Amino acid sequence: MDTPVGEPEIKLLLNDMLELYGFDFTDYAKASLKRRINRLFTLDRFPSFAEFRYRLRSDPDYSKRFVEQITVNVTEMFRDPVFYQNLREHVLPVLATYPFIRIWHAGCSTGEEAFSMAILLKEANLLHKSLLYATDLNPQVLQKASTGIFPMSQMKQYSENYIAAGGKEDFSRYYTASYNMVKFDEELSQRMVFSTHNLVSESSFNQFQLIMCRNVLIYFEKDLQGRVFALFDDSLENLGFLALGSKETLKLSPIISKYRQEGKEKIWRKIH
Amino acid sequence: MAQNSLNGVQKIVVIGGSAGSLHVILHILAHLRADLNIPIVIVLHRKNDSDSSLSQLMAFRTYLPVKEADDKEAILPGNVYLAPADYHLLIETDKNFSLDDSEKINFSRPSIDVTFQTAAEAYGEGVTGILLSGANADGVEGLSIIKALKGTIVVQDPATAQVPYMPQQAIDAMPIDHILTVEQIPAFINQL
Repeated sequence: MDTPVGEPEIKLLLNDMLELYGFDFTDYAKASLKRRINRLFTLDRFPSFAEFRYRLRSDPDYSKRFVEQITVNVTEMFRDPVFYQNLREHVLPVLATYPFIRIWHAGCSTGEEAFSMAILLKEANLLHKSLLYATDLNPQVLQKASTGIFPMSQMKQYSENYIAAGGKEDFSRYYTASYNMVKFDEELSQRMVFSTHNLVSESSFNQFQLIMCRNVLIYFEKDLQGRVFALFDDSLENLGFLALGSKETLKLSPIISKYRQEGKEKIWRKIH
Repeated sequence: MAQNSLNGVQKIVVIGGSAGSLHVILHILAHLRADLNIPIVIVLHRKNDSDSSLSQLMAFRTYLPVKEADDKEAILPGNVYLAPADYHLLIETDKNFSLDDSEKINFSRPSIDVTFQTAAEAYGEGVTGILLSGANADGVEGLSIIKALKGTIVVQDPATAQVPYMPQQAIDAMPIDHILTVEQIPAFINQL
């Protein structure tokens, strides 16, 4: 018993995505990709691989669904509170010395992390001079992120995370609740720029003092990770910070020689 | 998919259990031989705090090096790897780990099924999958995939399990190669 969509079939689908739609997933980590693709195949009840592939090739709308379903968009506000506490206590005071702060959320998904950052900046009285570039390869999640609307059901967890990250305010002051959704203050989203950007195929578009890319690189194979690190290096000012997910590391990349890890969290500073 | 090295098939042991099986895992680790030449991968359902105290606790009990698996880390014989909290732990066919923070499966992240299945796809007949005590069905499907890809499947004797649901589900679902007591499991691993 093997999965319905095996490795040779996955290769065909990834080629189709690249040739017909310009999305390059060929250097994504295979074990996860295989699970996601098989999950989609089962979810959409295709009777055979041929029908799955035909649908993908012939229906551009379905290619959007494919992108949406095989990329992982699990995120939360103030995920890993200790990490945010570290940002607040050690990174923001450095950013505060700049006249203008540029932050890049690479692979921002539905925007929870960018909103968390905006709250930290507001509390440090830095939001007015900051610009948060939130990018993702998937326009659907960006559209969602730009509304600043999130499910009410998550707020208890986010509020706990916020407090664990050293937040002193009442978390609910940042949003307005309406039925089962909440909308975060526009003051926060006013300082955000949402744009599609594909880390695999696109190049540097600005210089930043902080790049946040958490739990994105785990989906890439090692060589692709290396190329993305080079892209981040190109996009980071000297003495800028790079923040990764809790199990991701810069250690395996050649750019590590230019960076120094700040404390125990996955935050590196560009020192050369 | 099994690759032939000089020693024949590359082997790996994957162990899954819920929080209640921690003492079983500690017992197993304490009785593994120091020169064991197989990687051991442990997936334990646990709370989401990502501190490393669990791997330290395990390291105290065994001669073998214990660590939480890192993304894209090479899997080496004689090491014990623990799935980090709040990620699924996957095994790539090039014998590296990769992590995935996608949706929970069977209410669990890490999910035992995910590690069992990807281990089976990467190591084939070299896999020994061991399912310990637990309260949900996570791991049962993974075991069936290990079996289908010619690996060996072991479950903890439900009579000795703190929560017998998980091993009993597996026994009801398929023929199991070995049903072992807590005491028998380390000896079984040592002779692989």
